[in-house]
Amino acid sequence: MAQTSIPMIQSFTLLLACQLIGEITVKSAGLPLPGPVLGMLVLVLLLALLPRLEQVVRPTLTGFLGHLSLLFVPAGVGIIGHLGRFGSDGPAMVLALVGSTALTLVVTVFTFIGVSRLVQDRGERASE
Amino acid sequence: MTGLSEIWVYLAQSPLLWLTATLAAYSVGDAAFRAARRNPLVNPVLIAVTLLVAVLWLTDTPYETYFEGAQFVHFLLGPATVALALPLYTNLSLIKRSALPMTVALIAGSVTAILSALGIGWALGLSGDTLLALAPKSATAPVAIGVAEQIGAPANLTAVFVILTGILGAVIVTPLFNALGITDWRARGFAVGVTSHGIGTARAFQVHPTAGAFSGIGMGLNALLTAILAPLIVRWLF
Repeated sequence: MAQTSIPMIQSFTLLLACQLIGEITVKSAGLPLPGPVLGMLVLVLLLALLPRLEQVVRPTLTGFLGHLSLLFVPAGVGIIGHLGRFGSDGPAMVLALVGSTALTLVVTVFTFIGVSRLVQDRGERASE
Repeated sequence: MTGLSEIWVYLAQSPLLWLTATLAAYSVGDAAFRAARRNPLVNPVLIAVTLLVAVLWLTDTPYETYFEGAQFVHFLLGPATVALALPLYTNLSLIKRSALPMTVALIAGSVTAILSALGIGWALGLSGDTLLALAPKSATAPVAIGVAEQIGAPANLTAVFVILTGILGAVIVTPLFNALGITDWRARGFAVGVTSHGIGTARAFQVHPTAGAFSGIGMGLNALLTAILAPLIVRWLF
């Protein structure tokens, strides 16, 4: 066993550092983007530049992302302050969510298939 | 000897109690989810939130007191968003191969998600920050919460909309696409990832591995695009 310890602290330091870079850049440049999203792009870039980094961070990041849904709980509990809204606007909110979800699924899937067929057709014609 | 009520008074104010309660409630939700063989209707977050809301309501605890403890979990949303870089990077070659259909479908889907939620909500009489909270609902929760804070929508309302959108998409995607006769797993997966983020992606992995991979990409890309588009669209409309 060459390496038994998972570099957890280092991986978390990297995540926080990327987030920090993201937050600083967003704030100083006034970008319309949450800092962590820019931090995500910074990490993609780092991984592309230093492919060996992936092996180091993979165990910690995979474990962390496996519990992603736990992190929504505190914000979700905040619904307690909005229960009144569900009484008055509940049906409208549910209908908006159902309608928008179904519509987004259909539009995305047909756009993907349509464009993918166009590209294929063009490819086939070019090879003729 | 200290009475039970005095211990409660002490504990109810300390972050330890509510941090423990958050993890315990999630563990209950997760156990139920596994017991139900990962049925998307048995969502662990929804179960945990329901349990905690009931406890707070019964003990007359203000959300602010609860959040003193829960903030340690909430804080991790930022680093978790950064960590989404890993699946995005892993699938980079897959992204390149279907780049064009993916890009066009992403833009169409992201715009549809934001505009249709705002449009239907508005047509049904929603207004003010309730309406705004709908805009980022198809993005994964950490990003949606960040966007909500940015556009002045109540972040916890957005969090609940995000979870409900995830569950809805995960439940309707398979019957809907089967009825429409769609057999392209790339398209099916990508659509559910764009629409219903992580919860939809979990569902896609259950149905087909290709759908799962494309769903993960759809989730990551739409997190990014919603973060850019939602503030712009909201600024343009309101």
